[in-house]
Amino acid sequence: MAHGAVAIAPRWPGAATAALVLLLTLGTLAAVGWRAEWSGGVSPADWAAVRFTVWQAILSALISVVLAIPVARALARRRFVGRGLLITLLGAPFLLPVIVAVLGLLAVFGREGIFNSLLAALGLPPLSIFGLHGVVLAHVFFNLPLAIRFILQGWLSIPAERFRLAASLNAPVGRLLEWPMLRATVPGTFLVIFLICLTSFAVALTMGGGPRATTVELAIYQALRFDFDLGRAALLACIQFGLCVLAALLAWRLAGRDVTGAGLDRVVQRWDTSHAWADYLMIAAAALFLLVPLAMVVARGLPGLAEMPVSIWAAALRSVLVAIGAAVLCVGMALALALRGGVLSSIIGVLPLATSGLVVGTGAFLIVFPFVRPSDLALVVTMLVNATLALPFALRSIAPAAEQISRDYGRLAASLDMRGWGWLRLVVLPRMRRPLGFAAGLAAALSMGDLGVVALFAGEAEETLPLAMYRLMGAYRMEAAASAGLLLLAISLALFWICDRGGRANADL
Amino acid sequence: MKTTTYLPAVTGLALCATGALAETPVLQIMTYDSFVTEWGPGPAVEAAFEEVCACDLQFVGAGDGAALLARLQLEGPRTDADIVLGLDTNLTAAARETGLFAPHGVTADLDLPIAWDDAEFLPFDWGYFAFVAAAGTDSPGSLKALAESDTQIVIQDPRSSTPGLGLLMWVKAAYGDEAPAIWDALADNIVTVTPGWSEAYGMFLEGEADAVLSYTTSPAYHLIAEEDASKTAWGFDEGHYMQVEVAGKVAGTDQPELADQFLAFMVSDAFQSVIPTTNWMYPAVTPEGGLPAGFETLLTPEKALLLSAEDAAAVRDAALDEWRTALSQ
Repeated sequence: MAHGAVAIAPRWPGAATAALVLLLTLGTLAAVGWRAEWSGGVSPADWAAVRFTVWQAILSALISVVLAIPVARALARRRFVGRGLLITLLGAPFLLPVIVAVLGLLAVFGREGIFNSLLAALGLPPLSIFGLHGVVLAHVFFNLPLAIRFILQGWLSIPAERFRLAASLNAPVGRLLEWPMLRATVPGTFLVIFLICLTSFAVALTMGGGPRATTVELAIYQALRFDFDLGRAALLACIQFGLCVLAALLAWRLAGRDVTGAGLDRVVQRWDTSHAWADYLMIAAAALFLLVPLAMVVARGLPGLAEMPVSIWAAALRSVLVAIGAAVLCVGMALALALRGGVLSSIIGVLPLATSGLVVGTGAFLIVFPFVRPSDLALVVTMLVNATLALPFALRSIAPAAEQISRDYGRLAASLDMRGWGWLRLVVLPRMRRPLGFAAGLAAALSMGDLGVVALFAGEAEETLPLAMYRLMGAYRMEAAASAGLLLLAISLALFWICDRGGRANADL
Repeated sequence: MKTTTYLPAVTGLALCATGALAETPVLQIMTYDSFVTEWGPGPAVEAAFEEVCACDLQFVGAGDGAALLARLQLEGPRTDADIVLGLDTNLTAAARETGLFAPHGVTADLDLPIAWDDAEFLPFDWGYFAFVAAAGTDSPGSLKALAESDTQIVIQDPRSSTPGLGLLMWVKAAYGDEAPAIWDALADNIVTVTPGWSEAYGMFLEGEADAVLSYTTSPAYHLIAEEDASKTAWGFDEGHYMQVEVAGKVAGTDQPELADQFLAFMVSDAFQSVIPTTNWMYPAVTPEGGLPAGFETLLTPEKALLLSAEDAAAVRDAALDEWRTALSQ
């Protein structure tokens, strides 16, 4: 824990962040509950939804993590041309708006997709993608990239000196270095993905093939949109929070302590590099699974590029500005929480993952509406909410680094009486460039693709790119919408790449 | 940074501008998103009405029809909206219950296939739900025959989408107590259920299903806007359920005369002639010039089905349970 040795960083930024997160998560929930006329409780169908939600989330998270470990290991062990680009591209599915990604997936695994064409060519019957396996497939597609990145970061955080020492002693790298690192990294990664899938709604319904695949988030949507039953929505949101806290506690129990220790930031050299073919096979398989649907998104988007209305560019600019704002805010918040450390910061850090976007939006609307016109605040609220929703990812990337820095350099800094800004500038920030860049990129890209809150607040003049894309689809303009989706993909990736690149300008990743 | 520096000045200018314009009354219409987009009826309607009203017409877009009602309920009596435009008959009972609406007071000669008599809600367009498929495919002929066939369809979830709710009512209106049996039989035809219309229609265009729940007017979009005659709507013997889209005057409006003027304008030619090729629905009052070329090719169902707003509200929860039970097995 960061405060284990000495408390060097000021604590108020962490407290301010915690307050904002609490306001946007529990505060908005309370606002919804406050307005509710409490009538019925939770129905048996809702409990069925809870069961399905938890089950698919466990499966999705488990498969994502299990598949991510060998891919991350392969990427950590190998150097090849285009490796950096590949790592960036592999992150793309996570950044896509749901419908764009789903249509990309269907182009591969759908009825007329590449996969079924291959089966047909082999004389095999077609496979339907819809059902629990479809939900899990889509969730793995979305979250495998995230799992790979988090676990890869774990690998890269093992200092070069350890590998050198292990090699010189001919000691088993797997048991001494990699296993403890995985013990420290994997439970948290599993938790994050579990929580993302817990609040899934459109993916689960669309890929699940029907009401069997009803999730809690869909029940909340129904309660808010069709029944206007704020009480039930609030209750369901509470269940979601409960599940989140339970899962978080479990993950912390299972997480091992990171014991890699300090290093001198040398470029990692590995001596245990036999079986190259196995590594390259893993990388190729992951690339195929993640990049082919992406290529289909690009292919679908190209024909309509000329048909995109001019207003798309204004919407895109708005989205970029919101994304940059959200990224800066998010990284600041994550840094504040990470330096504050402690269990409370960790809980605050995962809370946004368990929130229902719709409840946050509705609650924020209820809080804001009596005072100002919601559309006046659309972009500000969107920025705040996007920053908060991206916080868990940013924190997951920043917190281990912050903890390690405190542990490794805290005593030295304390002995030099180096505190506050000096400590931040001379020790923390330079050593955290990589996670900071990654977190900023992730936050910016996530914010680009987010449709949650803005849909409830925005008028004509506050339209963001995802909203514009959905409006194009609603007006039958599927081709133009596909192009808007491509634009969104390109901008998200570019934002991510710029931030991420900036973070590892002198690093070897 | 420059924007920040000049922000107070700009705000000041904007305030002055607002002061100067204060003479022009503002009519605020809350509607669904696709009405206000540049391809929707919004821009043309705004221009036409502002020519005659000496006012500033402002649209506020709020998701789809259901989101629109939820938004109004969130805002409650404090709402700035003067008119709510875009609810359908599956939502009007709940809308009426809010007590936020005043009688519209318009008597118009409506061209709906059914009689219309509602003091609070005035239709501006309507359409028939239908399964849309590739041209040249044979219609199964009825919902029942569709259920017995192995045709693959994609539909929308009645819990999150207005067309989805429309299909629920369609089966209920056609089959009453036997609706569960129809849903049972339909279960193996349904490829998937999507949260909204866009996802379903997109998936159909990508070839994921043989047909999609949409409107009889959907082929008109492809025909007129894309010069593509490759889509058709299937006619069904049971009749087709209707969607009637209505507007209502908010009781607490600060512009009652303007609101009345707009509602009267809404059933006039200037508004109605915009509807067919922007909202891709039938106008509530056929404009003098008739329907645009291409509309004559559309399917005209022999029988129109529609539950009254009260009946629709009364059967909804039970119908939803039947739907969920049948499709969850």
